[in-house]
Amino acid sequence: MARAVTTRRKSLNTALAWAVGLLIFFPILWTILTSFKTEAQAIASPPLFLNFDWTLENYAIVQERSDYMRFLWNSVIIAGGSTILGVIIAVPAAWAMAFVPSKRTKDILLWMLSTKMLPAVGVLYPIYLLFIRLGLLDTRGGLVVVLMLINLPIIVWMLYTYFREIPGEILEAARMDGATLKEEILYVLTPMAIPGIASTVLLNFILAWNEAFWTLNLTAVDAAPLTAFIASYSSPEGLFFAKLSAASTMAIAPILILGWFSQKQLVRGLTFGAVK
Amino acid sequence: MATEHSRSVARLMMAPAVVLLLGWMLVPLTMTLYFSFKKYLPLRGGDLGWVGFDNYVRFVSSSSFWPAVQATLMIVGGVLVITVVLGILLAMLLDQPMWGQGVVRILVIAPFFVMPTVSALVWKNMFMDPVNGLLAHLWRFFGAEPISWLSEASMTSIIMIVSWQWLPFATLILLTAIQSLDSEQLEAAEMDGAPVLKRFYHIILPHLSRAITIVILIQTIFLLSIFAEIFVTTGGAFGTRTLTYLIFQRVLESQNVGLGSAGGVYAIILANIVAIFLMRIVGKNLDA
Repeated sequence: MARAVTTRRKSLNTALAWAVGLLIFFPILWTILTSFKTEAQAIASPPLFLNFDWTLENYAIVQERSDYMRFLWNSVIIAGGSTILGVIIAVPAAWAMAFVPSKRTKDILLWMLSTKMLPAVGVLYPIYLLFIRLGLLDTRGGLVVVLMLINLPIIVWMLYTYFREIPGEILEAARMDGATLKEEILYVLTPMAIPGIASTVLLNFILAWNEAFWTLNLTAVDAAPLTAFIASYSSPEGLFFAKLSAASTMAIAPILILGWFSQKQLVRGLTFGAVK
Repeated sequence: MATEHSRSVARLMMAPAVVLLLGWMLVPLTMTLYFSFKKYLPLRGGDLGWVGFDNYVRFVSSSSFWPAVQATLMIVGGVLVITVVLGILLAMLLDQPMWGQGVVRILVIAPFFVMPTVSALVWKNMFMDPVNGLLAHLWRFFGAEPISWLSEASMTSIIMIVSWQWLPFATLILLTAIQSLDSEQLEAAEMDGAPVLKRFYHIILPHLSRAITIVILIQTIFLLSIFAEIFVTTGGAFGTRTLTYLIFQRVLESQNVGLGSAGGVYAIILANIVAIFLMRIVGKNLDA
């Protein structure tokens, strides 16, 4: 039986929750609003909320001055490339662990997780040095590989927890009906696995997009993604609030939208299946 | 049942992931260990030979070591307390019946998707700027003298920024845990006349203990290595130089690779101590 709730209590909850929600969201909202102001309006005292002349000029200036599209493209390539590469490597591994588990499967999974715990700064110089020697510094390819490796444990784990939910009986039934291994994978398992793979791709794309240790330390000009683009606004450009806001909005908008779709998978992906 | 054949196929399928991660772990780790025992200054003479545990001793006895440990503990501890306490309250609030729950959830989760460099810069300039920042306006509105947040209250500022980023994570996980709570149990307690606080301590909190532990462990691992938030705000000044940032400065800014690598080894050991506890919980869950 559902708990009977008075309308008064529900209204109270609603008001409180919305107030808190808006407070938490406010910095993002404020950034988006400011991006449509002129520089003078952005620092007006008292601050202007909605009563200003909306303008798009900041977006044009940011694009013109720092070539936003190039950074965006780098972000897409690096986040997308590392995610796709990671999934290609992780699907067979997670598949094998979920469907042909052995005594060591658990140990391998936990060991993979432990590589994720390796603090990046502890291996900063070796990676930096290897990148110089291999000519990978400031290349998209180099970052694709590094981000793939740091997210690979999460990808394997997420896929593993999804694959494990596919009932084994279905496979047996298909085998009884004379399906070959290839048919089994192609027609029985793949359709059931696609939602899990899609969620994994989404979450890892977001993680790679926002990664800001390796992308800041291993890029300079050519391969710099949006994280570095924004860091370049650190100062003194950061004092131009309207332009900073426009740049920030452009950097976070794509991922905010994707993020809202992935919120349900977030918990599973980030707790390694420990909380569902 | 798995046959011998399917087992060897399975091993083959796992091989690429295992080999890559093994390489990713062993190669840089070995190199860090190797450098940590050397005097190695790439810009001032290069490899100057073996020095034993000299770097380890020097890293710990340098005057910036203890302040860095202190800064790290304050940031990790501060953010953990804020996100867990507010996370529990927020999760309980979001669990209540209300209108527009889905939208509120989205509003609360949003900061998690903002890239660290953006949230740090937006907070630094648009909120914490002592002249034009929104907080300065707010302070002036109440007749107070605006604060130069990042220099006068640098630690508080960093903790605020990082907490804002991680509160959504804590809330989301705790909310998921609360929703799995048997509501009949709560109703029974309510009917028996148990006051709100008692219900919280005896039913909700014990139920959440596992989720809280997981939040603490995962966040600790990420918080130990926060970088961008400090890189674009204070650059390690005003007492906000964490261990991670100190090592970064040793390695890339002053190019003292031996010393930085010794610091790196300390960081790895520290992270592993936390990781062991997390792995135990996750491992137990695998058996279930």
